[in-house]
Amino acid sequence: MAEITMIQAINEAMRQEMERDERVIVLGEDVGTNGGVFRATDGLLEQFGDQRVFDTPLAESGIIGTSIGLAVNGFRPIAEIQFLGFVYQAMDQLAAQAARIRFRSAGRFTCPIVVRSPYGGGVRTPELHSDALEALFTHSPGLKVVMPSNAYDAKGLLIAAIRDEDPVLFLEPMKLYRAFRMEVPEEPYEIPLGKARIVKEGEDVTIISWGATVPLVAKLAAEMKAQGVDAEVIDLRCLQPLDIDTIMQSVEKTGRVMIVHEAVKTNGFGAEIAALISERALFSLSAPIVRVTGYDTPYPVPSVEDDWLPNAARIVEGVQTLMRY
Amino acid sequence: MFDQNELQFEMVQLLDENGNGDEQELASFSDEFLVTLYRWMRKARVIDERLLKMQRQGRIGTYAPFSGQEAAQIGSVMALRKDDWIFPSYREIAACLVHGLPLAQIFQYVRGRVIGKRMPDDLNIFPIQIIIGAQTLHATGCAWATKLKGETQVSVCYFGDGATSEGDFHEALNFAAVYRVPVIFFCQNNHYAISVPVHKQTASRTIAQKALAYGMKGVLVDGNDALAVYKTMKQAVEAARNGEGPMLIEALTYRLGPHTTADDPTKYRNAEEVEQWKRKKDPLHRLRVLLEKRGLWTEAQEEAWVAQVNEEVTAAYEEATANETGSLVDIFDYVYGKPSKLLQEQQQEVARRKQRKEVK
Repeated sequence: MAEITMIQAINEAMRQEMERDERVIVLGEDVGTNGGVFRATDGLLEQFGDQRVFDTPLAESGIIGTSIGLAVNGFRPIAEIQFLGFVYQAMDQLAAQAARIRFRSAGRFTCPIVVRSPYGGGVRTPELHSDALEALFTHSPGLKVVMPSNAYDAKGLLIAAIRDEDPVLFLEPMKLYRAFRMEVPEEPYEIPLGKARIVKEGEDVTIISWGATVPLVAKLAAEMKAQGVDAEVIDLRCLQPLDIDTIMQSVEKTGRVMIVHEAVKTNGFGAEIAALISERALFSLSAPIVRVTGYDTPYPVPSVEDDWLPNAARIVEGVQTLMRY
Repeated sequence: MFDQNELQFEMVQLLDENGNGDEQELASFSDEFLVTLYRWMRKARVIDERLLKMQRQGRIGTYAPFSGQEAAQIGSVMALRKDDWIFPSYREIAACLVHGLPLAQIFQYVRGRVIGKRMPDDLNIFPIQIIIGAQTLHATGCAWATKLKGETQVSVCYFGDGATSEGDFHEALNFAAVYRVPVIFFCQNNHYAISVPVHKQTASRTIAQKALAYGMKGVLVDGNDALAVYKTMKQAVEAARNGEGPMLIEALTYRLGPHTTADDPTKYRNAEEVEQWKRKKDPLHRLRVLLEKRGLWTEAQEEAWVAQVNEEVTAAYEEATANETGSLVDIFDYVYGKPSKLLQEQQQEVARRKQRKEVK
C-alpha cells in the first residue's frame, strides 16, 4: 500500500471512478488545465480529455445549476466549488434545487451530483475562504453532507459519494490536504455514508468531532490518556446521514460529552447533536454537554485565527470541566 | 461592430391583429395544422378559466393563470419533437398539456397532491419551477448532456421577463453559448413581474437583444401570433439540433389576468391597457379570423369545441379527485434514495399518527 496525502487520495478516487464509469465528469473553476487550485483534479484533463473535464466560466450557481441538468440527463457530475465561502453564490441551486429534485418530482428524477469544496481554517487564507458552513446544508433536506478527516476515509467516502444516487456535499479540510500521509489501498473501495469511525475507544468522556478538527482531538486524547483521562473519540465522517447509534452507544458508556467543530457555535451542527443526546439519553449524562467551536463572528483575520479556532488549550479545558462533575 | 450579430430588432409577425398576413406565408400552413393549433388554444383558455374559478371556489390552491399567453406557449411547444425537453415555470400549464401532460395530473398538481409533482416517465418535462430563473441552468445542463451523448433532443426553457433580471439567467446563457449546447431560452415577456412593469425590470430596449452579449442569436417575435411563434421556434429547434448552439427568443405577449390568484392587477395596471390587449391583440382572435377566412370556423363549431373541452375538464377533475391518494407518510420517501435512521423515525411517528387518524 502506498502512503499518500488526502489530496492524492481524493484525486485517486475521482480518477478511478472516471475510469470505471464514463458518466462521471468533472467541472468547476480551474479544474482542467490547472488541475485545481489545490491539485485535486491534477491530470484528469490529460487522461480523460475536454469532454469529461471542464474548466467552466467563473460562476458558482452556473456550475451547480448545470450539474443538475447534466445529472438528470444521465451524467454523474463532480462539481468543484473552489472555496466553501463561495457557496453562498450557489445556495439556491444547491439547497433548493439539487437537494429537492427527487422531492419535487415525487421520485421521477434524481440528482446524483457530488459538490466538492475545500473548507476550514488555519491556513491563512483571505476572507471567505476558510468558513465551515456544513450546518447550512444539514438544514437542507435532500442533501448528504460528508466531511472526511484523513486520506483513507477521503478516498472511500468520495467513491461512495460518487456512486450515491443523491446529491452529496463533500467538504475537504484544506488544512489536512497535505498535513500527513497514510496507507491507502490502491484499489477502489467504498466507506458507507452515514457510518462514524471510532478513532479511539475510551471510558471517561466522549469527544465527537468531524473534518478538520479530528486529528487535533485524536492527538490530545492520546496525551490525556497518559494523564489519566480515557476519552473516546468519534469522527462522524458524515453529518447527513448521521450515525446516531454510534453516538448514543458511546454517550451511554461514558456519560460525558464534548463536541468539537470549527463552525460558529450558534446553530452549529454541535447544537443538533447536543439536542439529540438530550432527547435520547439525558439521564445517562453525568455532566452538561460541552461545545468547543468557532466563535459567533465571521471567520477572523489571519493574525488571530489560531485563537479563534478550537485549539488544544480550549479542548483540554473543556475535558477538564466535564471531568470535574 | 454590433451589426456582426444577426439580432433582429424587428418583431417577427405573420398574422396581424386583424388576422391578416402575407398570403404566401400563410398558405404554407395546412388547414389541419391551423385547426389543431386553434383548438389547443381554445382548450387552454377554457381550462385556465375553469382553474381560476375553481381557485375562487377553494377547490384548488393558489393558481397562476396564463390567459393571453396561449399563442406563445402552444405555438412554441408544437414546434417540438415528443422527446424534446421542456423546463416549465409555474405559468406554463398550456405548454405542459400540449407536450403531453395529462389534464388529470394538472388537477392533481394544482390541488397540491404528492403524485401531481411526478411527470410521467415517458415525458421529458422537468418539475415545475417556482424559483424565478433557476430552471435556465437546468435546461443548459440538460442540453449539455444531450450534446455530450451525441443525441438530438433540444431543451427548451420557459421563463418570464422578470427572470431575465436574475443572475442565473446570465449564467445559463453564458454557459450555453460557451459550450454551444442545444438549448432554447424562451422568454414570455408578458409585461409584468407581478406588479413591476418590464421597463422597470430592464433598461434594454428588448430582451431578445440581450442575446448579443452572450454570443448567441436573439429573436423578438410577436408572442400573440401563434404562427410567428411556431415558425420562429421551428427555426430555432432546427438550428439547435444541427449543432448551431443556443438561441434566445423573446415572445412579446401579455398576461390578461393577475400574476396569481393572490394579487389584484388593478392596483398596478390601468384598465385601458388591459382592454387594448384583450380586445385588439387576443391571440385567439387573430387565428380565429384566419380560420374563418378559410371556412374552418363557425360560431356553432366553436361552441361544440368549448362544450367538448368542458366535458373533458369535468371528467379529468373527477378522475383526479376520485383517485386522490397520498399522505404525509409518503413524502418521506422522496427525500433520499434511502431515508436515514432519523428520517425513518419521523416517518414512523407520522405513520402512527395516521393509524390514529390524526393526520392525512
